[in-house]
Amino acid sequence: MRRRGRKTRLIIHLVAWSIALIWAIPYVGILITSLRPYSEVVSGWWNIHPFTLTLEAYKAVWSNPTYPLSRGFVNSFLIAIPSTIIPLFVAALAAYSFARFRGSILKDLLFLTIVTLMSVPQQAVIIPVFGFMSRINMINTRIGLILLHTAFGLPWQILFLRNFFMTMPVEVEEAARVDGATDFQIFYKIVLPMALPALASVVALQFNWVWNDFFFALVLLLTPEKWVVTQTIPALKGRYLIRWDQMAAASVMASVVPVIIYALLQKYYVKGIVGGVMKG
Amino acid sequence: MRRRRLIPSLFLIPAVLFLIIFVIYPFLYTICGSFIKWEAYEAKGVTVENWVEILSDRRIISVDRFLDLKAPPYGALLHNFIWIAIMVPTSVFLGLILAYLLREVRGGSIAKSLIFLGMVVPMVVGGILIRFVFDKEAGVVNAALNLLGLGEYVKTWTAYPDTALYALIAGSIWLWTGFNTVIYSAGLETIPREIIEAARVDGATGFTIFWRIIVPLLKPVTLVAVMMTTLWVLKIFDVVYVATMGGPGGATNVLALDMYIRAFYWVPPDYGGAMVVATLLTLLTLGVAAYIMRVTVRIK
Repeated sequence: MRRRGRKTRLIIHLVAWSIALIWAIPYVGILITSLRPYSEVVSGWWNIHPFTLTLEAYKAVWSNPTYPLSRGFVNSFLIAIPSTIIPLFVAALAAYSFARFRGSILKDLLFLTIVTLMSVPQQAVIIPVFGFMSRINMINTRIGLILLHTAFGLPWQILFLRNFFMTMPVEVEEAARVDGATDFQIFYKIVLPMALPALASVVALQFNWVWNDFFFALVLLLTPEKWVVTQTIPALKGRYLIRWDQMAAASVMASVVPVIIYALLQKYYVKGIVGGVMKG
Repeated sequence: MRRRRLIPSLFLIPAVLFLIIFVIYPFLYTICGSFIKWEAYEAKGVTVENWVEILSDRRIISVDRFLDLKAPPYGALLHNFIWIAIMVPTSVFLGLILAYLLREVRGGSIAKSLIFLGMVVPMVVGGILIRFVFDKEAGVVNAALNLLGLGEYVKTWTAYPDTALYALIAGSIWLWTGFNTVIYSAGLETIPREIIEAARVDGATGFTIFWRIIVPLLKPVTLVAVMMTTLWVLKIFDVVYVATMGGPGGATNVLALDMYIRAFYWVPPDYGGAMVVATLLTLLTLGVAAYIMRVTVRIK
């Protein structure tokens, strides 16, 4: 098939891999920095004499007396898990309705509105949200942040799942309807299981977005006891002296969870990203 | 028949309720609130003062400094624009080149994952990483400068007004380009091999094939890449907050950060100003999004 010379292929390999490796240098740097004592990395992690491996930095941030990263982890999971599950069902229900029961202009208009909401920035809603949450004592509660994350996840999930549902064959659902199944039974017992690949994309992306979110948490979670991982990291930074070993360890730990999700669900992750933006 | 039409419409209710309470109502409130005179937490009548104040605020726009070729700050709005002007072409082009090169390279998918990592890790970590690579002592950028005999440029790049903004832009190109690489890779897979083979048989060089066949065929992907990159830059917050907090001296201030500072950092808060900034930001993002939708509909 390919008719390129060996030399050209070699050059392409060399160029491509050099770029990729340069791209990876900061990650390598942060990983090495996190595993060595501060005195060895303060003037550069690439100096390898002496080279001591230690987990001291990890221990230090994990159980920091004021802002333990361990607490941030617990809080992040407590936020991210419900903020992934709740919108999944709400969005799937709505997406199914949009995909299968069309016809009225009103519904098309509603769909278009929801898709448009995808581009509303977080900053455009946060002051009023903060205002009404203060009035009903939802500031500094996990439930408030979870509900907000749920709402913000809905538009792209509805769009993405509706596109997926529309590619599914209708015959199975119609057969079930003839057998007397209700709309909800069909949705719950037939449509959802058939849509598992799409649901995996939604779970992977939404979990990572919530885990990685900083802005909403920063505004709504006020006391350090409630802080999530992304809030804990800047607090650990220190204003004048940056303990690079500890910052590196905290960064690595904060990234482990989303990286694992990405590694496990890579296929679905990429599909979610490509499908979410390319079919709009 | 009637029942079948009604029940599925009920399926929409939870989603619509969520969106009204947490997105639509607060969003409209912000727009209206930008025209309200706020005294600390109290609304005191209707006004356009907020808009006048923000649009003449040097934290938001200082065009004169830019025109006089002085160092930043040029104001948050201009910083966002400069960010877009530098990052969008660079990152989109890099994404295209990388996707094209890595397609035929052994282990290309591993390399792609490495480049995509910037999209997977929290943006807060991205900010730490940017601060880290540009650090005077611990940063790899300065080590590279020393190695190249450019020792005079060694400094903590994010700490000086003349370089901080550009350091952050470079860092965010590094973080975001994985997105463009991934969507270009997906786009490349849809191009039939036969077209390329046919061109090759006709004697076209690799360079001609790339510019005359592949780039035009990928035009819809390029459009998405340009728009999504622009949207991402407009909303940028975490990276700036963590790496510089908008400093030094406002040299890296951006709209999203400025809105946060006005509403949640200053005591008493400047809600009117913050809502104007948020509305400005929304106008820009909605403008870009509306453009995407119009164009994608036309392509279909």
